[in-house]
Amino acid sequence: MLSTQWQPMAEMNRLRNEMDRVFGRHGNGSGRATAFPPLNVWENDDSLFVEAELPGFDLDDLEIYVTGGNHLSIAGERKQPEHEGGAWHRQERAFGKFRRTLDLPGDVNSDGVEASFCNGVLKLAMPKAEQVKPHRIEVKAI
Amino acid sequence: MSPTMTTPEKQSGENGSPETTYQSTFIPRFDIWEGEEELLLYGDLPGVSVDDLDIRFENRELSIRGKVQPRHEGERLLDEYGIGDFHRTFTVGEAIDAEKISAEMKQGVLVLHLPKSEKLKPRRIKVKAI
Repeated sequence: MLSTQWQPMAEMNRLRNEMDRVFGRHGNGSGRATAFPPLNVWENDDSLFVEAELPGFDLDDLEIYVTGGNHLSIAGERKQPEHEGGAWHRQERAFGKFRRTLDLPGDVNSDGVEASFCNGVLKLAMPKAEQVKPHRIEVKAI
Repeated sequence: MSPTMTTPEKQSGENGSPETTYQSTFIPRFDIWEGEEELLLYGDLPGVSVDDLDIRFENRELSIRGKVQPRHEGERLLDEYGIGDFHRTFTVGEAIDAEKISAEMKQGVLVLHLPKSEKLKPRRIKVKAI
């Protein structure tokens, strides 16, 4: 009999371990555990971008804050669908609450942050604060 | 005892077929629930749109493939997870009514309904008082 009773996971650590064990795809194989959700961050001249894979979430389930110019916080909760009777044969997906904070590599304009959510992938586009944008120095020929 | 889902999932070894967008393929994580009428599979496939899903059921083997479109441009600053296509195969021991398999996709979560064949559904045997 394969059925197991579902135990909601409260602690982050377990959630994190589950994630790392099953996926084995974080930190480029360095084996270093990362917080949930793992984040990818990239930039262009004007903006910083943060992406997280959050399948099954809705934008309404997420609380996203940028404070102090460079402090990002993402929190949310994912609940498992409930079924009367029957049996779970396999439970690999993780559920529960999470909160992830990240110090961004530079200040952003928090009023201009845009969040989009597509196919379970959260993407934040954050315009860089004016003072951290690269400035092209005009060189006058004299 | 309900038997049913044997799951020797196979890691997809094949990479680099002409239409793949990414070098690496990942094994998506699945929950499987069995009720009296059907098996329900929930899979996390973030970044996969409905059009990039390929689900086949053949010879009691269920194959789920999801293609992930390239994303990220610009300079990477933090790289905590890899992005790639998804592939997973399940061997379904239970007799499934293949015609009636249905699937839906919402926010990167695939839900697959595998209805059991009529003859396998549990039946209540009526006992006549004589």
